[in-house]
Amino acid sequence: MHYLFEPGLFSSGPVRTALLVGTVLAVTSGVIGVFAVLRGQSFAGHSLADVATTGGSGAFLVGLNQFWGFLAAGIAAAALMEAIGVQRRRGRDVATGVVLGAALGAAALFLYLGSLQTATTGASFTVLFGSIFVISPDTVPALVASGVIALFVVAALARVLLLTSVSPDLARARGVNVRLVGIAYLAALAVSVSLAAVAIGAVLSTALLIGPSATALRVTKSPARAMAVSALTGLAATWLGIVLAYDSYYWPPHGHGWPVSFFVVALVLVGYLLSYVRPRAQRAPRSPHEDECGPEAIVATAATAAGTEGATCSPA
Amino acid sequence: MQEVQKTATVTDSSLAAEKPRTAPADLLRLEGIGVRLGGRSVLGDVSFSLGKGEFTGIIGPNGAGKTTLLRVILGLIEPSGGRVLVDGAPLHRKTLHRKTLRNKNKAAIGYVPQKLVIDPDMPLRARDVVSLGLDGHRLGFGFPSRQRRALVEAALADVGADGYADARVGELSGGEQQRVLIAHALISRPKLLLLDEPLANLDLRSEQEIVAVLGKLAREHEISVLLSAHDMNPLLGVMDRIVYVANGHAASGPTDEVVTSAGLTELYGHHVDVVRVHGRVLVVAGE
Amino acid sequence: MLNTWIAASIVAVIAGITGFFAVLRGQTFTAHAIPNGAFAGAAGASLLGINVIWGLVVFALCGALGIGALGAEGRGRKARNDVVTALALVLMLGLGALFVSISSQYAEETYSLLFGEVFGVSRGEVLPILGLGVAAAVAIGVAFRPLMLTSALPEVAEARGVSTRRMDLYFLIVMALATSMTVPVVGALLMFSLMIGPAAAARSVTARPGAAMALSVVIALATVWLSIALSYQTNWPLGFFVGIIGAAFYLIGLAARAVAPRRAVAPRGAVG
Repeated sequence: MHYLFEPGLFSSGPVRTALLVGTVLAVTSGVIGVFAVLRGQSFAGHSLADVATTGGSGAFLVGLNQFWGFLAAGIAAAALMEAIGVQRRRGRDVATGVVLGAALGAAALFLYLGSLQTATTGASFTVLFGSIFVISPDTVPALVASGVIALFVVAALARVLLLTSVSPDLARARGVNVRLVGIAYLAALAVSVSLAAVAIGAVLSTALLIGPSATALRVTKSPARAMAVSALTGLAATWLGIVLAYDSYYWPPHGHGWPVSFFVVALVLVGYLLSYVRPRAQRAPRSPHEDECGPEAIVATAATAAGTEGATCSPA
Repeated sequence: MQEVQKTATVTDSSLAAEKPRTAPADLLRLEGIGVRLGGRSVLGDVSFSLGKGEFTGIIGPNGAGKTTLLRVILGLIEPSGGRVLVDGAPLHRKTLHRKTLRNKNKAAIGYVPQKLVIDPDMPLRARDVVSLGLDGHRLGFGFPSRQRRALVEAALADVGADGYADARVGELSGGEQQRVLIAHALISRPKLLLLDEPLANLDLRSEQEIVAVLGKLAREHEISVLLSAHDMNPLLGVMDRIVYVANGHAASGPTDEVVTSAGLTELYGHHVDVVRVHGRVLVVAGE
Repeated sequence: MLNTWIAASIVAVIAGITGFFAVLRGQTFTAHAIPNGAFAGAAGASLLGINVIWGLVVFALCGALGIGALGAEGRGRKARNDVVTALALVLMLGLGALFVSISSQYAEETYSLLFGEVFGVSRGEVLPILGLGVAAAVAIGVAFRPLMLTSALPEVAEARGVSTRRMDLYFLIVMALATSMTVPVVGALLMFSLMIGPAAAARSVTARPGAAMALSVVIALATVWLSIALSYQTNWPLGFFVGIIGAAFYLIGLAARAVAPRRAVAPRGAVG
């Protein structure tokens, strides 16, 4: 145990802040990420994160706290993406990619201009890869509040969101404003991404968004259970990542420490790969002649459509 | 005349002993095909044959195994029992099968998938898709030649698609795309056209047009046509024979002989009524 | 300076060719992910003190093969591939972050690997880029038809014995090799911009596959030349101009398509 919990771990202020922010972040990303994967929005989520980078760089340039930059850019991008629309999947991917390229180009510019003005080196690094150990305590309330609000929005919309993810037409027929729900969801996604951006960097935030959710959906078909598993997996990766990053100060090169973002990403991937190790017997046999399609099966079908493994209710 | 071939437990040896009473040199012959997927029997003991220039429909409800059957014929799925004979020669297992396909059966069977995997912006014209049917499997660039262009034009004309040869294939309607896909399969001069649910997702008029195109190909060009569909009614005018698939089994023969209340009841395993109204056939499940 | 122009031009040609197929196959995300593998490799190589080329190629290949191996076929293919691609992308970036942080050369190295440093191209670096460019062009040229077939008609390709899986892997590897050499020049985060923008613009203008590929190359070249000139003038990062100009060309393409007449309705041939 001593090996894992190096001296001073729990008494360190920055570590406690990191753990707190990390918890909010992991739970938020875990829950919201489940929908991202179900809606097949992995690329969109990642693009949102990269565009958030532009915001963070811009904030850095004008001297604002990066979180607000991430958030502003994220929400703007979310609105833009919803405006581009959901039809013609591939066309949307290309459009997203082009916007992403332009946004990253702008980020490059902001970082360059910013580095001319200030004397801080390594600014690019922290914007891109996060700085969970140097979060100033006065931003913590804002961070926590944003996360909780985003979680609340998604929880309130959960059932409707599920319906619109699986069958937008059916949702529309039932009087749901699919557009509005989509925007609300993407805004929550932007918040989640911004939180992650502060902690582990915008470009890596996708790991906490997609990884635990994809892992959870491979393991269970129930949406509620998937969100729980996803949040727990994200939490485990984040806490362990923070602990290991703290410990790594004692690893070579001494006194330097490895970045938290690396650990979190690596652990998330390990979790995902572990989900591939499953005994064959657990896979339910496909029964195309069953006409009973319960609510869990709806998620299963969506999960299949999202490419995360076998369904129990599907047309042959 | 063809008999109705019901499903029966036949072994290979008994089939070999039996002299086929059909037309000489069947183009395609399935004997006792069974398929297991995921530990379950999806198809059991399916047998039928197809001669030159004949139009056969594989009809059945969704999920009955029509696509599975087509994939067996294409050699993409290995049957757990029985065998497939193309032009008298058996379709081998995977590795051998690829060679066989490449040498002989490639020209023998032309496959028309249900649709193209593209979006409207894709830089691919109708004539490019058809051209791929000629040599899409060969390496290299494929420089334009007069001969190739002529072949492409001819194939497009055969299906009535020459009017939009230069249009982006992603912008074409369902019926137009279907014609282009048929031309794509046609250009390699196959003996048998295999179509996977060509009429699904088509409006009524396109449906009729495609059926007419296929009927013409069968009659005038003596190309055999085998397609799957869940509704036999658009095909009643052109179908020579039906293979009705339900409940994992199949019955084949002339439509009027196979599609009867008694016959389908036996196939489905529960009571089914066949109703004929104004020349249309309705299969209605009992209580 | 001449080296810069030459290297950038070769990069543009490679980007145009591979980008054409990446867009055709709907692999925009993959085109974004693989250069990040190269970033990690470069960072790792410089950490270990070995020639950057090895790091670039090895990591890009690992990334590509990883995506290929864990990716899926058939139903749900795209979404699962997206998940795998996303995870591979962030893992590569995470590793890159680790290597850069350990080697404690934070600012300049991160920046140049991610956003490019074309003005620092030396004579010695031009030759490998040229070699790789030729190799990529040949690899694509040789597989042009099967790539088109498996992209547009995967089921037919399978029925004819052309393995879609093999073609997928082939293309991933080509992308990895092609982008690995170009990353130091244009930067990991922006290489894909050069691949996607021009190709997307080109296909809006013409429907002929060969012409679209050629046009992708031309537009990529134009983008790069303009960017170099502007970057040289203003001292602003090259990547910024590549991103913006690429997007501009894309928008021009969209506008051209919206304005141009839809396909001419010619008299149809008789059904008979």
